[in-house]
Amino acid sequence: MGFLRHKHLLGLENVPIEDIQTILDTAFTFREVLDRPIKKVPTLQGKTVVNLFFEPSTRTRISFELAEKRLSADTVNFSASASSLTKGESFKDTVQNIEAMKIDGIVMRHPVPGAPIHLTKYVDSVIINAGDGIHEHPTQALLDMMSLKEKFGELKGLKIGIIGDITHSRVARSNIIGLKKVGAEVTLCGPPTLMPLGIEELGAQINYNLDEVLNWADAVNILRIQRERQGVNYFPSVREYRALFGVTKERVEKLDKPLTIMHPGPMNRGVEIDSDVADSENAIILDQVLNGVAVRMAILYLLLGDKPPEDKD
Amino acid sequence: MKKLLSKRLPPLFHIKNGNIIDPFRDKEFVGDILIKNGKIVEVGEKIEVTDEVAVCDVQGLVVTHGFCDIHAHFREPGREDKETLTTGSQAALAGGFTTVCVMPNTDPPLDSPESIRFICEKATDLPINILPIGTITKGMKGRELSEMSAMYEEGAVAFSDDGLPLVDGGVLRRALEYSSRMGVPIINHAEDPTLKLTGQMHEGRWSTKLGLIGIPYVSESIMVSRDIQIAGFTGGRLHVPHVSSEKSMEYIRNAKDEKWLVTAEVTPHHLYFTDSDLEGYNTYLKVAPPIRTEEDRQALINGLKDGVIDCIATDHAPHTVEDKESPFDWAPNGMIGLETAFGASWYVLFENKIPLRKVIELFTVNPRRILGFELDLFRYGVEAELVILDVEKKWVFNEDHIYSKSRNSAFIGKELLGYPVGVISTNRFYSNDETFFSKYMT
Repeated sequence: MGFLRHKHLLGLENVPIEDIQTILDTAFTFREVLDRPIKKVPTLQGKTVVNLFFEPSTRTRISFELAEKRLSADTVNFSASASSLTKGESFKDTVQNIEAMKIDGIVMRHPVPGAPIHLTKYVDSVIINAGDGIHEHPTQALLDMMSLKEKFGELKGLKIGIIGDITHSRVARSNIIGLKKVGAEVTLCGPPTLMPLGIEELGAQINYNLDEVLNWADAVNILRIQRERQGVNYFPSVREYRALFGVTKERVEKLDKPLTIMHPGPMNRGVEIDSDVADSENAIILDQVLNGVAVRMAILYLLLGDKPPEDKD
Repeated sequence: MKKLLSKRLPPLFHIKNGNIIDPFRDKEFVGDILIKNGKIVEVGEKIEVTDEVAVCDVQGLVVTHGFCDIHAHFREPGREDKETLTTGSQAALAGGFTTVCVMPNTDPPLDSPESIRFICEKATDLPINILPIGTITKGMKGRELSEMSAMYEEGAVAFSDDGLPLVDGGVLRRALEYSSRMGVPIINHAEDPTLKLTGQMHEGRWSTKLGLIGIPYVSESIMVSRDIQIAGFTGGRLHVPHVSSEKSMEYIRNAKDEKWLVTAEVTPHHLYFTDSDLEGYNTYLKVAPPIRTEEDRQALINGLKDGVIDCIATDHAPHTVEDKESPFDWAPNGMIGLETAFGASWYVLFENKIPLRKVIELFTVNPRRILGFELDLFRYGVEAELVILDVEKKWVFNEDHIYSKSRNSAFIGKELLGYPVGVISTNRFYSNDETFFSKYMT
């Protein structure tokens, strides 16, 4: 059993603040490993982790796979389109078959909210949620918090803007939950058509005026925007989105203080974020990517690693 | 197949000392019922019988009309792996139901006189009355009217494209006009698909928290409002199934004030659960329309109190374990409900101080009135359809209580109030209580 309160990482909602701190502290330790010439440690030697991706993903999957390899775990990748699964073998059969081959952990990305919770009913392995529909993406929020901590030293009292499609964003949900737990303030900004009912109850403010949010914030997390989802248009045009919610060079230059720029990727340059902003010195987008590996190493270690020898009597 | 204990009634059967509730005359008294060859002879305070008679003393138990469910899915033809007319009948008996109307969203759908006849013929051998509802449109495609009149002649008791709302107001208008000749209602599942979209649960703080796409209450109320206005305009008979939101209630109330021919039902699960119960993503609670908020639940209870909602109907919707084991978005809508209908409803309505007599009406005369069935089941010569209830019994529902072929009930593990201990139907006595059964049927 691991070092955290819960066996799995299903979302940030049930993770106590002490565990968030443990994860972040451990991640900084692994971050040092990543700066070494030999980036591999034997921590998870002999453990097997399956990366179960029911939805396309590039960076999260590579990030997890690298984290597993850097910890010397054996890894297997499984990718399937959700549609082929609904028709053929059931979700339960798929995961039970994989588990029958003796594995220790499952990293799962799934298009349906709550799918990792579902998974806990069918398998005994440790489960790490790599994004479930529009519900949560806990490792993304943790890497965002790590990057903010790296930049600012302290998370408490930070003012964070999250900009874009809040309704369909698991990144936004996990970020709001995590940032509130560590005492940061969160303001959401985006088209009202993409602001979910009752989101304030998670502890976030809403402000539809981007300039005000940029002025207020220490850092902004800019979400990838999609104009159309399943045949529904949530805003009239990319041009209008950019005019109202695009983090442009002009907007950022107007500010009287430096603003830290974050993006979970993949970016639509020229839509929600200008290239000049994305590549500016205040952007920590590539640090986020590197910290992602460190955070995932920390989580894998804390959930799958054996206790240190002194605890083992 | 799991069956209730059952035995043919003796030629003369004398039920004694029952707390008899006569929902037709709105009377309640301690008394007797005499049944001869499966037909009612007399219902009264004390019946003297001189012939040789089998006596069934039910002191302390309630005896009333067999329940009537006007909204159930028995999946036959097409999905006999989920339910059949036969297995559905057992589930009905276990819940105290002697009459069940089955929805036409089978495969193929019940959209022709031949398919209606198929159900009616199959039902003749079954222990309850099964009455088919025909589709409004051919293939439930929402465009051309089905042969309603021919289906009516074959035994269709109402028309519905259940599950598939009539989006085209003109089609609904013509359906209401056309069916008015027969005097049977059009039942339209009220959920505007352009507002529901890919929604999975009630839209509100819980959908936001769980990250499930929400279904706004307006998706229902807007269609209820439209349907009612068309019903008022045409003078047709409209029945609103499974009302789920407070807002819809306003429109139904208004229709009743206008004396339009509008009736409405609510399901036990909409009375029992709220959207917060979906925490944990229990797919058994995925139903259409979705379970809504506590405020909506209270409004539905009040609607039953003041008569804006006419009756309780189960929307008994069997699904396989595999279907319901899939992740939430992929699981089908619906839960079984016949076995739990009375216990769940009485549990909630007792808490809300609605008297038993009123609750019995919601399961007996009120649904029968909507579909124009015989209302006086205590009349001389009527085929005996009775239920014997232990209304004080608190019990926890579990899988052993399920007689349906499917097990998708969100009531498993929940406390219910009131238990149907026996049913008389088709000249037979049915019970799932061995002690009770052996006491009278040895």
